[in-house]
Amino acid sequence: MPDIRVRGFAGRINSPNPFWLASAPPTNCGEQIMRAFDAGWGGAVWKTIGEPVTNVSSRYSATDWNGMRIMGFNNIELISDRTVETNLREMAEVKKRYPHHAVIASLMVASTREAWHEIVARAEDAGADGLELNFGCPHGMSERGMGSAVGQVPEYAEMITAWVKEKARTPVLVKLTPNITDIRAVARAAKRGGADGLAAINTINSITGVDLDTLVPRPNVDGKTSHGGYCGPAVKPIALNMVQQVIADPESALPLSGIGGIETWRDAAEFMLLGCGTVQVCTAVMHYGYRIVEDMAEGLESWMRSKKFDRIEDFRGLSLNRVTDWKHLNLNYKIVARIVESKCIGCDLCHIACWDGAHQCIHLDRVTGPVNGHVELHPTPAQNEGQSRESITVTPVTRKERATASATHGPYMTAIERIPRVDETECVGCNLCSLVCPVDQCITMVRVDSGVPSETWEERTRGASCAPEPQRS
Amino acid sequence: MSVTTLPDDPQLRERFTELKPPLTPQAATIEANRCLYCFDAPCTVACPTHIDVPGFIKRIASGNLRGSAMRILDANILGGSCSRACPVDILCEGACVMHKQGRHPIRIGQLQRHAIDAFHDAGGDVQTAPRGSRHVRVACIGAGPASLACAAESCRQGAMATVVERRALPGGLNTYGVAEYKLRASESLREIEMIRRMGVEFRFGAGIETAEDLKELESEFDFIFLGLGLGAMQQLNIPGEESEGVMNALELIAGYKTGRIRELAGTVVVVGAGNTAIDAANAARRLGAETVYLLYRRGERDIPAFESEYEHSKVEGVQFLWHRQPMGIRADAHGVLLLDTVQVREVNNELVPVPDSKFTIACHLVVPAIGQSPITDLMRDFCRIEVHDGQIVTNRATGQTGNPRYFAGGDCINGGREVVDAVADGKRSALAMLKIAEAMYA
Repeated sequence: MPDIRVRGFAGRINSPNPFWLASAPPTNCGEQIMRAFDAGWGGAVWKTIGEPVTNVSSRYSATDWNGMRIMGFNNIELISDRTVETNLREMAEVKKRYPHHAVIASLMVASTREAWHEIVARAEDAGADGLELNFGCPHGMSERGMGSAVGQVPEYAEMITAWVKEKARTPVLVKLTPNITDIRAVARAAKRGGADGLAAINTINSITGVDLDTLVPRPNVDGKTSHGGYCGPAVKPIALNMVQQVIADPESALPLSGIGGIETWRDAAEFMLLGCGTVQVCTAVMHYGYRIVEDMAEGLESWMRSKKFDRIEDFRGLSLNRVTDWKHLNLNYKIVARIVESKCIGCDLCHIACWDGAHQCIHLDRVTGPVNGHVELHPTPAQNEGQSRESITVTPVTRKERATASATHGPYMTAIERIPRVDETECVGCNLCSLVCPVDQCITMVRVDSGVPSETWEERTRGASCAPEPQRS
Repeated sequence: MSVTTLPDDPQLRERFTELKPPLTPQAATIEANRCLYCFDAPCTVACPTHIDVPGFIKRIASGNLRGSAMRILDANILGGSCSRACPVDILCEGACVMHKQGRHPIRIGQLQRHAIDAFHDAGGDVQTAPRGSRHVRVACIGAGPASLACAAESCRQGAMATVVERRALPGGLNTYGVAEYKLRASESLREIEMIRRMGVEFRFGAGIETAEDLKELESEFDFIFLGLGLGAMQQLNIPGEESEGVMNALELIAGYKTGRIRELAGTVVVVGAGNTAIDAANAARRLGAETVYLLYRRGERDIPAFESEYEHSKVEGVQFLWHRQPMGIRADAHGVLLLDTVQVREVNNELVPVPDSKFTIACHLVVPAIGQSPITDLMRDFCRIEVHDGQIVTNRATGQTGNPRYFAGGDCINGGREVVDAVADGKRSALAMLKIAEAMYA
């Protein structure tokens, strides 16, 4: 059985598994966090503690996609609306009952040394295993000089981190905002300030949409909205990129707790392959409840077993060196699309996608005779479609007609004239067709030998007058 | 003047509850989002009217319901009745690529109905070119789907169209002949009212019986479209067929749909095994008949009805008597019908009676349903139109007959297919007429 326990994260934080609840509504109070631990969560970052706020209603909105709920989620809720005393009293209770789970205190107070010293001391006295400095909240709090107002200015972030470190006895994590041109700037500042670890990313500034009846953007608060923090499955690719950027930079690399659209063990494994030691989840729990952690833990263990990884450290960061600058990619690597005829269902989405969205090299010419070459040589999609529209179809009313209509098509389940063909002489290997194909493994991208040794852009332009300056790899 | 409507009949409505109830808006959106949006989609190709199926489905998914309905009506003005009456499992839904992934095909028929119902509920109207902007006058004989489609397309393009119908209500089989649990007569009439608002004129109770009637039409109109349908149902040609208690399937169906037949009891025997026979048998069950037999001279594997219809009739409780032929009809002293039947078997492609297999069924109603006879004699004799096997011969692409002023479509040219085939014929004819007129004008 693989061991998914976390040991000594950011120095001293332990948890039974790497799945933590992010600082958010699911960690609002002790009662919730204890239920979450019972459900299987390994840790929880308490909903940010600070001077209590007043919230508005409504607070959330979502982006649905193709009939699926909550592809992306946004909120304009502020930090905890409960008093510091209440939160810390409950935290002490949780720690007493769950001594082996990680309880992290997310903190946000006014930007003075005294205020930070005081809250750090109180949180640690309550038994927090670590502190997470909320330099990321993009709405509301930033207007009061806190949250991302700090996280967007490296000097402030460094200064406050340093104040906290003067006092803290537990590991200090800095939570980074993505609402900045280069997330590494603040990550480096946090590291200079003495942070023990990082958490990334916080939510992304967003307006999820506009109600087309009332013309009010969402979420609607008495006829107005405010930009809110975007999260959920939609932001995962952005988060993965930022996580990679931070960890790949020696000046900012620190133990990292990954956040951003994590919903399954697959998402979690991807964050870990890019270097994260733990992951934090919020939106998926808000959508489905704490119970989703069961599959996250089982799935991760099962994947680790299949890959023969015994511990998280065995695979953490393994994919990092697979990310490089574009100039280091092999220009002579050539792949082409191959359609597995026996799997094709004849939707012909690859044909129209290639013609309209790519390089006009997937054709419907298996019957008329394959032709290789430029676009002018082939019937256009409009001509193909026009031909169908001119055809005369009748309902097959007799048994014989019905038998003919439902006849199979030789070795394939789709009539040969509807199975597209790739002109490999023109295919640039862009992947688009394989991405739109609704059938698994029907269009595969196959490597072809270009007969030329590997060469990168940097190698090709080395010594040329326009060559860019060599950069640190 | 609006098209006559039928009074709502709660009893009929209750007995013939819809086989496929409408989708809720959310279910429709979810279903619409399943559509892959195939290019040159097989469903569109399979539809005789080539409705842009992925196009209208995407519009449902985006909430553009009016656009969705317009997309459907562009291709098929009777998209509403087709969405209910079409045998979708052998047309659009049968062609859906989802089958090849082992998934349920997109519920195209129900989505189409969803869009069209919303259109009607909003009192939608189809845009037409200004009436008379094309100087073409078209007469359509018969008010069934083929003629309605021809007339509607003509008006849409700015021509003037008149539908001539001998019955009191328009719609042909759409109004009088489609099982009520699929398409209610009132829904057919609602659709035709929309066509009337497009500018189509109707003349009811106007049968074209004589050469003079045709001459008159020829003098008034540039083109004549024959949407005649088929004639009376074929006779069994057995003794006693004229008895009271013998009623052919179309009479029975039209009777209950228009409120003339409200209740049946006892045992009903339907003779034949086509889709109409099945409709009649199911109707008999729903109207209260305790036992309904469907008598067919061949076997289960030979029945002409669609598989789905056959399966459905079993659910309705229809019982099947295979390889059995009616010999004669008698009545006993109490007025109960006695249908004499005999077992037959096939010898060299001929059905021969099996000795000592006579069997008499006591019943209250015998319903012949062995097909309709053609009614094209007048046309052949007076219009120089070629008729082959009782079907008017046309150019399939244009609907034009051997007489260039005459076009034809629907059951009278195909021997009896579906509503959607008739609509496709009517539309093609209208477009061909207008093209000819334009060429002549130029």
